[in-house]
Amino acid sequence: MIRSHVLICGGTGCTSSGSTTLRDKLAEELKAKGLEDEIKIVMTGCFGLCALGPIMIVYPEGTFYSRVTTEDIPEIVDEHLIKGRIVDRLVYNDTGDAKAEAEAVAASLSETKFYKKQHRVALRNCGVINPENIEEYIAMDGYFALHKVLTEMTPDEVIQTILDSGLRGRGGGGFPTGLKWKFASNNRGQVKKYVACNADEGDPGAFMDRSILEGDPHALIEAMAIAAYAIGADEGYVYVRAEYPIAVHRLNTAIKQAREMGLLGEDIFGTGFKFDMEIRLGAGAFVCGEETALMTSIEGNRGEPRPRPPFPAVKGLFGQPTVLNNVETYANIPQIILKGADWFSSMGTEKSKGTKVFALGGKIQNTGLVEIPMGTTLREVVEEIGGGIPNGKKFKAAQTGGPSGGCIPAHLIDTPIDYDNLLAIGSMMGSGGLIVMDEDNCMVDIAKFFLEFTVDESCGKCTPCRVGTRRLLEILEKIISGNGEMEDLDRMEELCNYIKSASLCGLGQTAPNPVISTLRYFRDEYIAHIVDKKCPAGVCKKLVQYVIDPEKCIGCGKCAKNCPADCITRTDYIAPGHKLASFTIDTKKCVKCGACMTNCKFNAISKH
Amino acid sequence: MKSLEELKAIKEKMQNKVVLRTSSGDTRIVVGMATCGIAAGARPVLNAFVEGVAEAGLGDSVMVTQTGCIGICQYEPVVEVFTKDAEKVTYVKMTADKAKEIIEKHIKGGQVVTEYTIGALKK
Repeated sequence: MIRSHVLICGGTGCTSSGSTTLRDKLAEELKAKGLEDEIKIVMTGCFGLCALGPIMIVYPEGTFYSRVTTEDIPEIVDEHLIKGRIVDRLVYNDTGDAKAEAEAVAASLSETKFYKKQHRVALRNCGVINPENIEEYIAMDGYFALHKVLTEMTPDEVIQTILDSGLRGRGGGGFPTGLKWKFASNNRGQVKKYVACNADEGDPGAFMDRSILEGDPHALIEAMAIAAYAIGADEGYVYVRAEYPIAVHRLNTAIKQAREMGLLGEDIFGTGFKFDMEIRLGAGAFVCGEETALMTSIEGNRGEPRPRPPFPAVKGLFGQPTVLNNVETYANIPQIILKGADWFSSMGTEKSKGTKVFALGGKIQNTGLVEIPMGTTLREVVEEIGGGIPNGKKFKAAQTGGPSGGCIPAHLIDTPIDYDNLLAIGSMMGSGGLIVMDEDNCMVDIAKFFLEFTVDESCGKCTPCRVGTRRLLEILEKIISGNGEMEDLDRMEELCNYIKSASLCGLGQTAPNPVISTLRYFRDEYIAHIVDKKCPAGVCKKLVQYVIDPEKCIGCGKCAKNCPADCITRTDYIAPGHKLASFTIDTKKCVKCGACMTNCKFNAISKH
Repeated sequence: MKSLEELKAIKEKMQNKVVLRTSSGDTRIVVGMATCGIAAGARPVLNAFVEGVAEAGLGDSVMVTQTGCIGICQYEPVVEVFTKDAEKVTYVKMTADKAKEIIEKHIKGGQVVTEYTIGALKK
């Protein structure tokens, strides 16, 4: 009889920090102690707190262990699993209260700052069930929503429920999902139709969809079957990037299990409804996250966008009406069907209902995955859930929406996060990447980073995107190298507007956003680069100068020894109190690697 | 999969298995599992409680867990029962059979089995 479950995170984050060896070691240890019939090991999806991986939760107590190593396993088994004594030193505690740590026995995970303000709908099963076991999904009411729509609801009622819930596309655009379904629902039964899922999560730093696929793949299958019933389709495609091997493996396993149980295939629940689906792997082109390019790629052609209209709901995959939604959008569907549209629309703001998953990254304590009700402020996300910025640095900006989004500056940190607010302040929801930046980040450099990405990823079909983004990047590089002129700022703005209005697809239309928003909120940094030839954050190498303070230099020569460019030489000045002459840097020969500064033990070298 | 009944059957079968992770823990049965407890036979007691709770289908609200030495080693195996609104009850010198009785009378019926409590022993 099983008396305790040990859940180990099997998401990509924890897998790369060693959770599978942890599982093997635990299994071995349990066997050695004869506990394998009492204690069950469950590999789950992402818990969200990736920064502290590998993560392990022991139930029934719900003890949350973080950064567990194989050396810790014997102690956990001997102390916790045999004697019931929680291993305090491994328990995650962010309440900052030593007493609370000691009483961790009673401390509930949901009370920690990281989880307290979160509300898990799309991620509800991630970190709770074993994603490779369909029966655990069923135990959590899985496939009951599918049964409900097939036996109790007409397709139009399903669409109406989704419309009433106010669910909007979680891939970034925010188009009402119910409306999309409605457009595709004409001529049911007379026309071949498809449902498709966009799991081509390409934004740098975003991993929401991956975590859902890895943690709760059956939710996607169930939701796609529901969508198929609503619009009258019988075939589905999931477009996943090949860079997500764990996600692909789990989804494949899930599809196979669903087929074996008859939850995919012919005559599901004896209602005559049939639906099946398959996976298509993307080869890693960012543009294939754009819906028309994605469908072109599924059809076996080169992934390039085409003009809209016609929209996919009218003419999509193989020229047939198609509903294409993002993974996170689908993950909400079964819950809405089971709990009702009112339940869902009771969460969030007036125009943005429900919750949103964000991948927190950058200069933040708790890197990981969070799900918050719409309308939560950026401050709550950064300071409370995210645990603030490491090393006592100051918050400068948050970047949302990846290469298509913009930066939110510190004075707007109290903005409630929803689709419309983010658009109004020049950013966008995007698929949910949220990168936090502190005072050490140069905003011109950030704009350049995202632009380099879009220049690389532009498919090249239309000129404004292909050539325009390249020219924009060249101007940025000119500014960063210290050759910028004030006129460049106007030139950039003009070019941004052209690219925005003339590009064919979403990639080009949003590509200038990082430049536009940094110009809007951090113009002074651009001006510092152009007029003062200085990078205030000390990031842009060409504008940085390393200087040795002759009064602090003791003349040890360690800098000169480590200089790869041989540009540091001894002077004949001996500072008062020192025995040897100080050194100096020839700034013309300096390659700005910073090796001298890192190696100086006397803080005599600084950069300006 | 042809019917709701099939789906429900799987859900019920599995619920006992995953309920450990979702239990509210309104009632907690805590078994002392320090060296003294284990030596006195706490393991069969713990297993009896786990099985008893599962058989009674009470997993939603009752959590069976362990703790370290409670400090009364001479009375081991010791079991403490915490219920939401009532005082803690401490049972001593437990056995698997006594555990079953406690599940029936105390956990299900709300009647403390006084004869097994520490109070009865001290008299």
